[in-house]
Amino acid sequence: MTDLLTPTGPHTLGVDHRPGDVALVRAARRRPARRHRLVLAGLTLLLVAAFATRTLLGDFTITIPDFFRILGGAEIPGATYILMESKLPRAVLGVLVGLAFGVSGAIFQSSLHNPLASPDIIGVSVGASAAGVFGIVVLGLEGWALSAAAVVGALVTSLAVRLLAGPGAGHRLVLVGIGTAAVLLSVVQYLFTRADVWDAHLVLRWLTGSLNQTDWPTIRILLVLAALLVPLLGWLARSLRIAELGADAAAGLGVPGWRTEALLLLAVVLVAIAVAAAGPIAFVAFLAGPTARALNGGRMTLLGAGLVGAVIVVAADHLAAYLVPDVNYPVGVVTGAFGAPFLLWLLATGRTSRRS
Amino acid sequence: MTQVAPAGTATWPSRTGSEEQQSVRDRRPARVLVLVLGLLVLAAAASVLVGSRGVAPAVVLQPDHPLHPIVQARGVRTLVGLAVGGALGLAGALLQGLTRNPLADPGILGVNAGAGLAMVVAIAVVGLSDLSGYVWFGFAGAAGAMVLVHLVASCGRDGATPVKIAIAGAAITAAATSWTSAMLLTDRRTMEVFRTWQVGTIGGRSLDVLLTCLPFLAAGVLLGLASARLLDALALGEDLARGLGRRIWRDRLVVGTAATLLAGTATALAGPVAFVGLAVPHAIRALAGPAHTHLLGLSMLGGAVLTLAADVVGRVVLPPSEVQVGIMTALVGVPVLVLLVRRGRTGGLG
Repeated sequence: MTDLLTPTGPHTLGVDHRPGDVALVRAARRRPARRHRLVLAGLTLLLVAAFATRTLLGDFTITIPDFFRILGGAEIPGATYILMESKLPRAVLGVLVGLAFGVSGAIFQSSLHNPLASPDIIGVSVGASAAGVFGIVVLGLEGWALSAAAVVGALVTSLAVRLLAGPGAGHRLVLVGIGTAAVLLSVVQYLFTRADVWDAHLVLRWLTGSLNQTDWPTIRILLVLAALLVPLLGWLARSLRIAELGADAAAGLGVPGWRTEALLLLAVVLVAIAVAAAGPIAFVAFLAGPTARALNGGRMTLLGAGLVGAVIVVAADHLAAYLVPDVNYPVGVVTGAFGAPFLLWLLATGRTSRRS
Repeated sequence: MTQVAPAGTATWPSRTGSEEQQSVRDRRPARVLVLVLGLLVLAAAASVLVGSRGVAPAVVLQPDHPLHPIVQARGVRTLVGLAVGGALGLAGALLQGLTRNPLADPGILGVNAGAGLAMVVAIAVVGLSDLSGYVWFGFAGAAGAMVLVHLVASCGRDGATPVKIAIAGAAITAAATSWTSAMLLTDRRTMEVFRTWQVGTIGGRSLDVLLTCLPFLAAGVLLGLASARLLDALALGEDLARGLGRRIWRDRLVVGTAATLLAGTATALAGPVAFVGLAVPHAIRALAGPAHTHLLGLSMLGGAVLTLAADVVGRVVLPPSEVQVGIMTALVGVPVLVLLVRRGRTGGLG
């Protein structure tokens, strides 16, 4: 219903406007904004709930007062260790990478005008992962250098896919990306066969994405990077709603092409950092954008997409940890197992062609 | 029948040209056959002789020579490569004809991942440990993935476009991979069996395993080669094929069964070897024309050539380790995919 009342500028009101028209337009402009606020508030609540479930419940229950006492520095035998060394870092990392995947997925999908062109489908995540694994197995990198390698890998991959697909993006970009992802995946698998020790945790983290091996130094690196990137993102993302209209319309409305390119570059960097921290968690970037858009009444919302991504990762990590007793699945298994059927459903109902 | 077939392959740019090409094309398949057979002999010889330890050709004829065991091991490996490559090449040609889709390939359609998941279920849950037992699960998984991809892709407004098929295949692959790793994590023994299978290799398979698979491969090859005329008719489109007196669903079932037998067995034997089924039929089509009477047999031989060549190159390219054949074929196959995509006519969602 709100689609009929899309916001229009005052100059389109026409010559013989009646007094009610102004109120009508004002209402039509306010409604999406109110809905956006509602969506963000709801998603934030959901994220807090998921975060609380992840940190407080599970096989070891921590009460809310205890939670704050431990954060304040109190030593409770057992609980302190479990919260500070396992549950809390996993949940925090889940929120951070979920935000990064969600936001960058939404940027990809809306600036390339294709819901299938998310970084996890067109090979950007796998590119970061391949470079990271190469760094570990061949060069012996860790810490900052590893993140840098992942960023370089993602940048090279996305450039290669862009160049190989040729101008005009569209379905060619998606097909070339799927092929590139297949090659890079086999490169990752080859590198693992060369690794001295078959480390199941390492493999799973870099192939499917996992929060199992989280530590505070990783989170500190992520927070520093976030502090650097978020202001830049906020500045660049202002033009996204216009860039969504297409390159020509955006140029006509005074948004230069480099802004879209810079935003895409930033999205690539975000994905790469998230992959370096937690591996290519499948389908989060792909699912977050369309979900947030559907909640927001068909309008794109970057912040909403980020929150959806964070909720997905934290909730999926809780499921992964406690769904089957005694088995600690990596989070990517859960998102892949549930995300892929969703993609199939989208294909079967023809939703993917609507906005491409 | 063969006269009308070339014009009917509407999904890729038709290579049929002017009148003077008509007479040249009639001799082309024979020349290509000679070429492919020559390459096959070369690749097989290289596969026996080349490796981390080179072997002189004379050793092959001397059973007492100290290096003869190497020749024997490489001989088995070459036979496995021939079987797997031939099966994948033929399966790719069958699938491309069946779906009238230039991107059809066991790897892209998620057949490999489906077979892998089913085999892990067989090893972990049912407790089978030898190939003759779990090869059936490989078939079931391959067939299931193929049917699911086509069902999903043909829903919706504009039917099974190449893009939708590719994405449905990627989604099936992602889901199957996730379920597979979920099962492997709970079971170390299965993980050890599966770890070597996962990369796609034709090395380290014994002759018994190959013999177990041979009946399935033979059935698939017979059924596949016999369906050349069905595919030529199907290439004209459903309506025309029906007008020519074909029973569409029966024909599709025959071709689909052949492709499943071939792709499922090859995957069970060697693991996921992608892009052979994609690249080879396109190369053959460019060389010999699109009539399935030539295309199917030539694709089978070409698949064997590509697989053996990829295996030989993989043995020597990064010493001291060995690059598995599945990885090498992916490196060869993706440029082909990019070329196909760039040449256009794979659209639908764009």
